[in-house]
Amino acid sequence: MALFGAGAIKGLMVTLGYIRRKPFTTQYPEDKLEQSPRFRGNTFVWYEERCTGCATCAKGCPLGIIRIVTHPEPHSQVGSDYHVDVFDIDTGRCMFCALCVEVCPYDALHMGGDFEQASYGREDMVISVEDLKAMPKKPRTQFRPQMEMIGHTGKDELEEHEAGRWSL
Amino acid sequence: MAVTSEMNSDNANYDIEPVLLNLGPQHPSTHGVFRIRALLDGEEVVDVEPVFGYLHRGSSKLAEERSYTQVITLTDRLDYLSGMTNNLAYVRAVEALAGVGVPERAQYLRVMTAELMRIASHLMALGFLINDLGAWVTPLMHMFREREKVLDLFEMICGARITFSYMRIGGVSHDLPPGFDVAVNGFLDDFEDRVAEYERLLLENEILVSRMKGIAPLTGERAIECSVTGPNLRASGVNFDLRKQAPYEVYDRMNFDVPVTQNGDNWDRMWVRLQEMKESAKMVRQCMAELPDGITRTEADFFIRPPVGEVYSGIEATKGELGFYLVSDGTIAPYRCGIRAPSFINLTVLRELCIGWKLADLIVNFGTLDINVGEVDR
Ligand code: SF4
Ligand code: SF4
Repeated sequence: MALFGAGAIKGLMVTLGYIRRKPFTTQYPEDKLEQSPRFRGNTFVWYEERCTGCATCAKGCPLGIIRIVTHPEPHSQVGSDYHVDVFDIDTGRCMFCALCVEVCPYDALHMGGDFEQASYGREDMVISVEDLKAMPKKPRTQFRPQMEMIGHTGKDELEEHEAGRWSL
Repeated sequence: MAVTSEMNSDNANYDIEPVLLNLGPQHPSTHGVFRIRALLDGEEVVDVEPVFGYLHRGSSKLAEERSYTQVITLTDRLDYLSGMTNNLAYVRAVEALAGVGVPERAQYLRVMTAELMRIASHLMALGFLINDLGAWVTPLMHMFREREKVLDLFEMICGARITFSYMRIGGVSHDLPPGFDVAVNGFLDDFEDRVAEYERLLLENEILVSRMKGIAPLTGERAIECSVTGPNLRASGVNFDLRKQAPYEVYDRMNFDVPVTQNGDNWDRMWVRLQEMKESAKMVRQCMAELPDGITRTEADFFIRPPVGEVYSGIEATKGELGFYLVSDGTIAPYRCGIRAPSFINLTVLRELCIGWKLADLIVNFGTLDINVGEVDR
């Protein structure tokens, strides 16, 4: 028969042991944790100059939530120059799987690292082409090993000529 | 009329009616949206009926409308506590169907991430078990802390913490990031201490011993009859682990033991999980040490079209044998995608485990079976 209360003392010893350890938790809104460079946030980084409007990203999306409307540039000499009129990503349904980023053949679409995109309505969660143009160009290195090679960590802005795999 | 203790003690004079107690679907001990209808005679459980389907998302049907690569994102959500092993089971089925080979480095990475996932999933199983035993969330937070570190590692590799979509047909989507080996070794060094601490806290705890030792034993024969797999089967004395019996990827090169116990009671089911975490940590270390150089992915089309045929392929996931049955009709989407979910099949024994035991044991039995409702309902 064990001594009465021995278990409680043992339990308190564990508590005592934890006093000298640093707390593992952080006070979220004040302190923010660092995300890894590959972190998939819930924004996207899109370079207008790189995008050809090929809509491969829309095809690769498992949910079909990317909507792209293009028209040929009237002044263009070659037929491949398309102007993107609509580039809607319905992030209210997006699961941030990055398949659209994986399939983009011109490295125009990248994951962003922001994760504080709360809004009051579902319709506000649709990222339009204007939003995409206005967003800070801080791409994450998800599916972009070339960015890891130049030491990009997702915190700095990248010019559009630095984002591609042929710019090394 | 006042009820005295003498009158209560003589039940024969009274017409006792069993009480139907509804547990869940929103109940802290049901690990998700799961409902148990229990018929009680006093404290004793007379009958148990699990009711599920509250989390049904129709994954099999959704898979029929998506290309093979896109289905990987659906498998993350089956057992949301072990996305990596779900990914692995699925891509292995597609690879068998399409005849796609996997580079050696990718095989090592797959084994490593699957074993890290096993650690995280078992931590959750143990943590919630103690939660069910009445210790509430303080011990659970200890387990969460370690799981958080595993999820940090996964975030380094693939950018996500729960819905990984890391495996790809013909390999894995990312190679290891710079600085990963330091991070994983730091975690493993720390984890050995932590497991020792858990063992001290759990295995020497009088309450845990008295609440779990000898409670709700499951015999090996009955477990086999009910197709129970995973740690629950091995706790019943059956040494069956697909990683040993039918090694896939590079498990045949891994040095690890399969913990097996004989009693099949709640205590053994917990003990097996605790030991499996140690073996997994050993395997992660071995993978990092033996990791060969090379590519991590073979060239397989994003919209892959496997030849007409069907395949079943199963792996030892965290909860048991997770298998995918795929039928291809030669198009970019599977014609049929069946899922053998271990959580669902392990539920078969819940009824007989609970009958004859107390209501408080029902919660613990349910906890040691380690059900994930996302996988039960898929
Ligand atoms: S992250 Fe995934 S779900 Fe979201 S738009 Fe891209 S492909 Fe679609
Ligand atoms: S973002 Fe990429 S995939 Fe999508 S339309 Fe532009 S170039 Fe094509």
